Formats: sequence, C-alpha cells, structure tokens
Amino acid sequence: MRLTIEGARVIDPANQLDQITDLHIDDGRIHAIGAAPEGFQAHQTIDARGLIASPGLVDLNVSLREPGQTRKGTIDSETRAAAAGGVTSLCCLPDTRPVLDTPAVAELILERSERAGHARVFPFGALTHGLDGEHLSELVALRDVGCIAFTQGLAPMKSNRILRRALEYAAGFDVPVVFMSQDAEMAQGGSAHEGPTATRMGLVGIPESAETIALARDLLLVEQTGVQAHFSGLSSARAMNMLADARARGLRVTADVAMYQLLLCDEDLEGFSSLLHVLPPLRSSSDRHALRQAVQEGVVQAISSHHQPHEQEAKRVPFAASATGISSIEVLLPLAMTLVADGLLELPALLSRLTCGPASALGLPAGHLGIGAHADVTLFDPAEASLVGHNWISKGANCPFIGKGVPCKITHTVCNGKLVYQA
Amino acid sequence: MTPIPSHLQLNHQGQLRHFLSIEGLSRELLTELLDTADSFLEVGERAVKKVPLLRGKTVCNVFFENSTRTRTTFELAAKRLSADVLNLNIQTSSTSKGETLYDTLRNLEAMAADMFVVRHGDSGAAHFIAQQVCPDVAIINAGDGNHSHPTQAMLDMLTIRRHRGNFENLSVAIVGDILHSRVARSNMQALHTLGCPDIRVIAPRTLLPAGIEQYGVRVFNDLRVGLRDVDVVIMLRLQKERMQSGLLPSEGEFYRLYGLTRETLALAKPDALVMHPGPINRGVEIESEVADGAQSVILNQVTYGIAVRMAVMSMAMAGQNAQRQYNQEAQHATDH
Repeated sequence: MRLTIEGARVIDPANQLDQITDLHIDDGRIHAIGAAPEGFQAHQTIDARGLIASPGLVDLNVSLREPGQTRKGTIDSETRAAAAGGVTSLCCLPDTRPVLDTPAVAELILERSERAGHARVFPFGALTHGLDGEHLSELVALRDVGCIAFTQGLAPMKSNRILRRALEYAAGFDVPVVFMSQDAEMAQGGSAHEGPTATRMGLVGIPESAETIALARDLLLVEQTGVQAHFSGLSSARAMNMLADARARGLRVTADVAMYQLLLCDEDLEGFSSLLHVLPPLRSSSDRHALRQAVQEGVVQAISSHHQPHEQEAKRVPFAASATGISSIEVLLPLAMTLVADGLLELPALLSRLTCGPASALGLPAGHLGIGAHADVTLFDPAEASLVGHNWISKGANCPFIGKGVPCKITHTVCNGKLVYQA
Repeated sequence: MTPIPSHLQLNHQGQLRHFLSIEGLSRELLTELLDTADSFLEVGERAVKKVPLLRGKTVCNVFFENSTRTRTTFELAAKRLSADVLNLNIQTSSTSKGETLYDTLRNLEAMAADMFVVRHGDSGAAHFIAQQVCPDVAIINAGDGNHSHPTQAMLDMLTIRRHRGNFENLSVAIVGDILHSRVARSNMQALHTLGCPDIRVIAPRTLLPAGIEQYGVRVFNDLRVGLRDVDVVIMLRLQKERMQSGLLPSEGEFYRLYGLTRETLALAKPDALVMHPGPINRGVEIESEVADGAQSVILNQVTYGIAVRMAVMSMAMAGQNAQRQYNQEAQHATDH
C-alpha cells in the first residue's frame, strides 16, 4: 500500500521540520519527504493543502477498559476514538479486570488492539500483583510480551520498603516505572481540591500535600535506585517546582499532565457537575497556571488525555459518589490547540508535547516522521473550528467539553500507513 | 465551562422554585421568606391549624439519612398547608436493593409527586435531583452532605429576627464542628446576606474548613475570646466519630475548651441567645443548665422550623407552578 499526502504543512518537531511538502508512504513506513522517489506510484493520494501534517499523537495515559469493564469501553471502541482524536500510539493502564499483571492479559490486549487496527497500543504492566502494593509482578515476563513500563496507578504501595524494592528490581532490568504520585491515605474520602470551593460545596478536600508527600518520596527513591521514572498526571504547582528541582540536580525524570488540567480548575466544580469529578482533582487556578507554565518551559514534556470512559450511570449520581475521570482522547488535539490560540506555545512546540515528547519519555518507537519511521500521521485543519461531540465515538460520553467549540478539526489519521480515520 | 446559574433555584420571574441552598439568593428573597414564615406562625396558634395552599398537592419526604425532627417538622408543615404527604425512609427501602437515587426519584415522580423534600448524605444531591432527575418537581433540600441545610438556616434567622428584630447590629458566634456542618455553612451565608456585620466562627483548627474567610467571618480558636459580647451563640453538634479520626483528642478536652457552660456564656452579652440545631449532646458541646436555661431558644427554633418550612414549601410550589405554566405557554407558542 503506497500513500502520498500532498501539500500539507508538515511539522515534525523531532526532526525540526516545518515546511509545506509531500509525504510518501510505502509498506507502513515513511518512504520519502518532498519529491516522490523514482518509480513511486501511489495507490492513494490525499490532497492535504491547507492542512497540518503532524506525526501521529502519542498518548501516555489511557484507560481502554478491556478486559473486564466493557460497559465503559472496549479496545475496539476506544482505539477507534483514539484514531478520531489523531492519536496513533497510546499507553494503556493496567487497572483492567483482571489486572494486567500476567503475560496472558497483556497478550489479550495486544492481540485485540492489533486486530482492531486503529492505533498502536503499548500496555503498562501492573507493578504489583493485582495492584495489591505488596507482591511484585513478573516484570521481565511482562516486558518480554510487550509491556513497555510498569505502574501502580493511583493504587497505594503497602510500604515504602516494598516500593523501594520494586524500583530496585525494575532498575536492574531497565524497565521504566510510571508514577501517579498520590498518598492514598491523605486523599482518603476526598473528591475535590482542598480549598475555598470544596469548602463552599461541602466536598471533602484532597490537600495538595496528598500529591507532594508522595512525589517527594518517589523522587527520593528514584534517585536512590536509579530507576527510569515518568510522572503522569501531576496536578499541583508545588509538584511542578519539585519536578524542576529534581531535573536541575540531574535526575532524568519525565512527566506528562492531563490536558483537561490545563483548562479546568476547581472553580468549575460550582454546580456539582459529576463530569468534572477527576483524580487527582482539578486544583486551583494558580495550580493550573503553574501546570501551563511547566508545559511551556518543558519541565513537562508531554500532554496526555488521561482518557477514562464511563457508562452513563457511573456519572448519573451526586458528585462525590460518581466514578472519576473524563472521556477525552477524542478531544486531546482540539483542546491542545487552544494552547496555541492562547499564545502559550507555538504550534511546533505544542506538537512536540503531543508526539516526540511523550514518545521519548518512554522510548516508544513513534512520534516522528523520519525516513523509515512508522507511517503514523495526523492531518488537521488548524483554521476550521469544530464542535465537540459531533460524531462522538468513545463508548464513554462523560466529557464536559461536549457541545463546546474547539479551534481545529482533525481530517485524517494514518496509522502504519493505513488510513484509520477520515472526517 | 458554564457553571449552573444560581438561579437553578429561581423561575423566570426570579421567584423561588427549588430551595437548594442559601448561596445565590438575595436579601429581598430571604426577607420575603422570613415575612411569610412570620405570618404562618399565627396559623400554628389557631385552633384549626390548616391553610389550603397546597391542597391537592403531593409532597414526598425522601430521607436517605435518619432524622426524626427535621422530617417531622416538614411533615407537619406540609399537612398544615393541606398537602398529601408521603414519607420515605430510603435506607430501609429500594436503594438497599440496588436501585439508584436517579431511579428512586424517577419512580416517585411517575406517581405524580409535586414536591420532594430530600435529605441525602452526598453534598450536591439536591442540586443533582433538581438539575438532572426531576427539574419539574419542586425540590426542597433538607440537608445534603456537608454542603447545605437552608431551611435550618432560615429557621435560625427567623429565631434571631423574632428575638432581636433585625441583623444590622448583631454579633453572632457559631461554635464547634464547622468543618462537617452544613448548618454552619448555610448560616454563615444567610447571616452574611441578611447584613449581619459580625459573624464569628469558633473552633479548633482541625474543625475549620480551608478558606473559611470567604464567608466574611472572623475566626477564633479560643472560645473565651470569641464569645466576648456576642448577641447570639449558635452551638453545633459534635459527632463522636471525630475523636477516631485524629481531629480531636477527647470529648473531655473539647468540652473544656469549647463547651458552652454558664461560665463561658457569661462572656457573651447578658441577654445573648443560645441556639442549637439539635439534637443536642448535653455535656459534650453544651451544659444542661445552659440548654434548659432562660437564654436558650432551642425549643423555639423547633416551633419556628414548622413555619419556615411552610413558607418555603408554599413559595417554591407557587414558583414551580408559575414556571411550568410559562414553559407550557412557551411550548404552545413554538408549536404554532
């Protein structure tokens, strides 16, 4: 299958490319950029004049819900939603049922996502068996079937001693660990950022220190064990400072934040919309400002969707009783484009946070358009506004942005040289 | 994001249609409510204690949390307005069979209920019902989590106004577990809206929520400083479980530091009112002699509670009816 994408403004931040040119794809790989090689006959040509061609987006934090929670989402439905959102590579969390702690579950997820064929899936394995925080999973066996990193998610470790050993073990086999730092006990019972809004709404607060205490511990143990670490979904200004400090003293840690955390804050909870019930919670507007700064300055390399689809009933209850999370993979790029509109980032810098930034954080073979790379390309019209929710694909409609306007429109997604989405 | 307008509670003409929280309501509306409650107090003194304002209407008291006093006063209020009243105690009912709040209320709505009086353990439950479950039924919040207890606040305001005339020159202290108290939150908002110039909250740091200053209150950790020269003392109930979660060392220490006794009450103005939303814990937050003493208006609060709830119910029902009629006419207009 040979495909030519004609006349797009090709932005490939990893290779510092930003020009209007043609992309030629052959056999699932980027074959040439610019003039077609001698004898290259495309089976299909996309007229992409006026569009941006970006490397396919790389999303480091996605819940696919399968196996076990297919009422909320399936591998097929959520990877299809990913394609519609321009995401061609994604990392999925191990909190499936059963938990992704055995090669069999990893293989099931990889097989089904391959069969679905909408996006590349890179699973995170559970750091501990059943995420119990106590017994290590077989990290090497899981790595060998394709788990690219390990995480405990928000589930607590039984003790610092066991965490330290898990990190030491992982470090010995060069497998990265993804942290979602939160002290479960400090956060217990909470549903909103501790502050004036939570107080007025009578919601139990989650203090910032629930995040920073855990982050401080995690950073110390990363330093001690030398494990490759990535921090996913940090939410507070102080955490951003701690991250910057750690990097300044030479620690090679990477981080992503949730796209919605860059737009929403606790004041938006007014009115009790359960769609905004997320963990870690939406924090104050000054935290949001600090997160945006950190993204701008590159302290945070990646913006992820933190996609968590739910069935309607999970959200059709009072705020604190509702399931946490936002179905957001379809709106990752459209929402991110508001950062360009706001003047926070130039387009190439934004795209680096969505492509090579996340890919290099975890060493994924994705996120750039170099010759020979996987032909994963997202095409979008940066001038055409669109309405969120029009042709919604994810099984979870729990998205507070549905019905809102966004400043761009995704027109095509190419994954592995194959057109997986067309508007 | 567009937050729910505070006028979720109001109809197209700015009249009350749900009563969910004090937040967002004007001084004029709260005053109208107090005036209406005043007029209903007379009904309670008559030989025949009924007025026909809610005749033919069905009021459902839907209580997901136990409460004898609040439920009973709502029931009496509805009956004095000539409504048909249905009491549902949900812990012993269908939610234990797995039915959701949504389904429970939709079912009740299908039985042609006109008003739900709802108490629920989750903050925002009443908002949720008014917004997402049955917007066409008048929803009265009888307490939701730690968020709001607006009828309690209004009966407290009625008590203060009947004993002190107005709010303009008053110092009011709220003492105890502010953190977990929906009564405190609603009272702070009501006092603020009605123009009380000196609202004090008195509690140990562990029982004060973050950002309490937003209510325009002065914060005291020392009861003996905070009570000085106040006109009204509102004591809050202390739950036993606060001792287990590291918020307080012991009941004894709390009583020593924050208990309202004859000695500490003497620091307030000589005729200061003593109030409590009940049920009281004698010897935990309040001394028996004070609870039963000459300055206590705790039982008056209960009496006024019926009048306030009559006022809330009659006003919300009228507002909801007007809204429904308006919607029907608007629908009719678009159909033609």
